[in-house]
Amino acid sequence: MYKVILAIRYLVKRQITYFAVAVVAFCVLIVVVVMTVMTGLVTDFKQKNYNFVGDCVVGTESLVGFPYYEDFVNVLKEADFVEAISPVIKSYALLTPHGRDLNIGVEIMGIDPVRHSQVTGFGKTLYYRRDDAAKAFVPSYDPNLLGCVLGIDLAMERDAKSGYPYETSPAEVAFSVTCFPLTAKGALAKAGAGLINTQTFYYSDISHSGLARVDGSTVYLPFEQAQLLCGMAGPIKRANAIHINFKPNVKLQAGCEKVTLLWHRFRQEKAREEQADLLATVTVRSWKDYRRAFIAAMEKEQTMMIVMFGFVGVTTVFIVFVVFYMIISHKTKDIGILKSVGVSNIDIIELFSGFAFLVGLSGACIGLLGSSIFLLKINRIENWLFEHFQFQLWDRTIYAIGDIPNQMDLKVLLVITCSAIVACELGALVPTWQAAISKPVETLRVSQL
Amino acid sequence: MGATEVKVLKGTDLAIRRGEFLAIVGASGSGKSTLLHILGALDTPDKGTVRFEGRDLSQHSERELNKFRNKTVGFIFQFYHLLDELNVLENVFLPAMASRSVLGWLACRRRAKKRAADLLAELGLLERANHKPYQLSGGERQRVAIGRALMNEPRLLLADEPTGNLDSATGNGILEVFEKLNRAGQSIIMVTHDERIARKAGRIITLADGKIKNLSS
Repeated sequence: MYKVILAIRYLVKRQITYFAVAVVAFCVLIVVVVMTVMTGLVTDFKQKNYNFVGDCVVGTESLVGFPYYEDFVNVLKEADFVEAISPVIKSYALLTPHGRDLNIGVEIMGIDPVRHSQVTGFGKTLYYRRDDAAKAFVPSYDPNLLGCVLGIDLAMERDAKSGYPYETSPAEVAFSVTCFPLTAKGALAKAGAGLINTQTFYYSDISHSGLARVDGSTVYLPFEQAQLLCGMAGPIKRANAIHINFKPNVKLQAGCEKVTLLWHRFRQEKAREEQADLLATVTVRSWKDYRRAFIAAMEKEQTMMIVMFGFVGVTTVFIVFVVFYMIISHKTKDIGILKSVGVSNIDIIELFSGFAFLVGLSGACIGLLGSSIFLLKINRIENWLFEHFQFQLWDRTIYAIGDIPNQMDLKVLLVITCSAIVACELGALVPTWQAAISKPVETLRVSQL
Repeated sequence: MGATEVKVLKGTDLAIRRGEFLAIVGASGSGKSTLLHILGALDTPDKGTVRFEGRDLSQHSERELNKFRNKTVGFIFQFYHLLDELNVLENVFLPAMASRSVLGWLACRRRAKKRAADLLAELGLLERANHKPYQLSGGERQRVAIGRALMNEPRLLLADEPTGNLDSATGNGILEVFEKLNRAGQSIIMVTHDERIARKAGRIITLADGKIKNLSS
């Protein structure tokens, strides 16, 4: 019992202990805030990528595309693990607003908006046709015109406060989209002979995927028109990718493996077909693999952050070690007194370990409380900083971030709290051990000096 | 710290009877405190044996030595050595708490607190029970230390210069407490450099250069 009483009194009555508690609290606060924000950003970014891709993509990087995709779509339709399928045309084009002497290089995606919305979150990214993706390419001002959906950052400029100047209905703006149709051999198809490579589309909606690169460079076109413009609508039609959504109970890895199996079988069946060689470039990838180039960078950043804050943790251990060394050095007399009344070495270790535990726990609690308050107000603080000092943590004109993520993960908090306590115990280990093994007569003699 | 070995006690042979009040006198550095620490198992001799009630202390396990320091002997130091974080009452019942688990302490805490309060009443400090040691005078602190030493009813009281840090009036008060305890049958060994104080004891031994030079009754 005296161990509990003394550990609590040491915590409360020694000013140097407040320093140790403050160090732990500050480290916990920093780690919780950074981990919460970084984890939130990475999770959000992954979710946006998933919403953009779906579960799995059968596709090629080649702009030529691959043939017989309709046959493989039929194969997939019969598979019991597939929920929805969306073939996609992907290429590059020049976007020319009518009446302006301006060409913008863009990526085009030819999609069936209904099918694509069943596979991905496309429908939810629309602004005007959010609840009716079927009309995504139907301009509200004239349903007879051929519409196109622009990535939001192509259509409008974000202001620094993350506000988009939405209008109640899309403006009547026409664009010429000029593509570079390729033959099955990969050569540039010659215009004429019924081949169209430029077509006028009318602005019908905007898509806000939350992925800066996608929103800043992608124009969505009706599938058939895109196929035609890219020279893929010949007798043997081609597409660049098939996006697949699995049924809810199907695990990502298992689903992708099944699709791979079906694809290999399909390729063998088509081995003798005229354009079978184009199938060789096709791969089956999960959404994570498909977007790895983007996700990996974020994950790497997150890992770097964790490593850096691991160093912060090591520093905490060192500071706590120094503080405990000082505290226990000042407590030499107490150790001698306790030993003179029959307290054992193990009891001394338990006393100072309990003290370290209390320092870690109270520091962690204060840190958690501080970080909770800070995270709760982080967006208000950022707004205030922007309003008064024009400072933004992430410049909203560059980064596709709305609010700064501030959802704390209980598991992460628990791990951080435990780590803080362990750090204190580690910091206290050596001085506690030294205190325990010291001879009572020596500690009493030292305290008389 | 240093590499030089210093022999403090050389061939000291001493027997102490139950109920005796023994004073050990000697100049500074004569080895009297070392002798007291060895007798109380706070230190161990390089050679020789210390027997308490016939049993060699060197044969005790660490656990037995802790129990010996907790129950069999009670220490009183020149500089009082009270815990600043505990109040007077807590300092007195510390030895009772130290020897028990949390549950064991909860079971006997009322009895222990009553015993501590009784001791403080005997020592004239009951009204100071909730004060912190730094709020007391030197004499009061030493009386608290005596209370702590007596808490577990030890068979032997070891006092190291108990009046060394006190004025003579206060020191006399402490000695009166010792005499009273001894009259009640308490065995006491007191170390002092002051022969006038030593005369209060039933027997005096003089240490010089680590050897007993003089025995007087």
